[in-house]
Amino acid sequence: MNITIVDYNSGNISSVINSFNEVVKDKINIEVTSDLDKIKSSDKVVLPGQGSFKSCIDALNKITGLKDILNEFVITNKKPLLGICVGFQMFADVGYEEIETKGLGWISGKVSKINNHNGKFKLPHIGWNQINIVKESKIFQNIENNSHMYFVHSYEFIPKEKNVISATTNYSSNIVCSVEKENIFGTQFHPEKSDKIGLKIIDNFINL
Amino acid sequence: MLKNRIIPCLDVKNGRVVKGINFVDLKDAGDPVEQAKIYSDGGADEICFLDITASNENRDIIYDVVKKTSKKCFVPLTVGGGIRSVDDINKLLNCGADKVSINTTAVENSKVVVDSSKKFGSQCIVVAIDAKRNGDKWEVFTHGGRNNSGIDALEYAKQMEENGAGELLVTSMDRDGTQAGYDIDLMSKISSEVNIPVIASGGVGNLEHLFDGLKLGNASAVLAASIFHYGKYSIKEAKEYLNSKGIPIRL
Repeated sequence: MNITIVDYNSGNISSVINSFNEVVKDKINIEVTSDLDKIKSSDKVVLPGQGSFKSCIDALNKITGLKDILNEFVITNKKPLLGICVGFQMFADVGYEEIETKGLGWISGKVSKINNHNGKFKLPHIGWNQINIVKESKIFQNIENNSHMYFVHSYEFIPKEKNVISATTNYSSNIVCSVEKENIFGTQFHPEKSDKIGLKIIDNFINL
Repeated sequence: MLKNRIIPCLDVKNGRVVKGINFVDLKDAGDPVEQAKIYSDGGADEICFLDITASNENRDIIYDVVKKTSKKCFVPLTVGGGIRSVDDINKLLNCGADKVSINTTAVENSKVVVDSSKKFGSQCIVVAIDAKRNGDKWEVFTHGGRNNSGIDALEYAKQMEENGAGELLVTSMDRDGTQAGYDIDLMSKISSEVNIPVIASGGVGNLEHLFDGLKLGNASAVLAASIFHYGKYSIKEAKEYLNSKGIPIRL
């Protein structure tokens, strides 16, 4: 099996690489690349992302053909992809961070700023929060409901189709923190920074 | 519900922990990688390294420490000390740091905060404020507390939020090393001044001080060094205590 972590200058991805290497323990090849052929021939793809929605989409668009290859991988070939943080937010049709920016459109919806109720809730939403699992998801196998995950974000993904939501977390309101739509998986939290339980989620994705 | 965080901080000098955990099962009491692992296994919500290496020539050592630690610890890792440029930040992040803490440079050249938060995202930029009381206000100090910038700490905190800092690490210089507790007044004032999380630091002597920092100081997280060193308290004991007092904690 081949797993590719897409390296498209989307910010710091060292922790994502380290966590996947920790889970596979040299048994599976983890490729970190933006090489289109390598992505195409992978069995699974991880799409990380840090910084703003716009900066990640811009970085993705800068690599000629990357968006098309990802579309083909996910929509045509229906192979598994895991988006993390902004990598997950980019599934949306549109994002409103900095300026209105078109997303990948894989899961209908928008990404907008968390309502902080006039400063009552500090932003970014940083730290460990519990996830409320609302539907079974393959990446949540052996993950207990109300487990703690590490979050750091100021924007939230609001999907149109509620049936894709697999978990929410409470911070000023119920924030969507995980989705599963057929072969598409995404988490707002950082499994790579959520200790053993986060590594279990990565393990579940690898073993899909 | 979002939990308050406990962040043990390790002072690292030339690649070795200066004050460390005095556990018998430690193979090497000065190894930051091993100590960070013990803290993360013990339930630390984040790990903080403060590089106090004096010379620039030895700068590469901290990169190596961060690289090794990030392969073993899967909780957020913050690194501070001696950061001067966007390039320094880039190097630390590439080595596996999740956040960097900027102190003197943020005062002297706030453009680094603006540029790095744009480039890497606010989530990884922590501005460290060393504040000392002067009458009814606090002034920001730089260079490890040696130089008084004369800048008002509350105004500075607000300005750093605008510059793109994702968090503020506030250390009371009056309390640091005294074990008399955090400067609650300072913490609560800064916390109400900004809409980003505040990490309280400086002066912890016992577990009640952690409680005060979170409850009265309104901090989102508490950073402590000496109470966790030499095994005075474990992270677990601290968390159980705070939990019993009704503080939201990840157990």
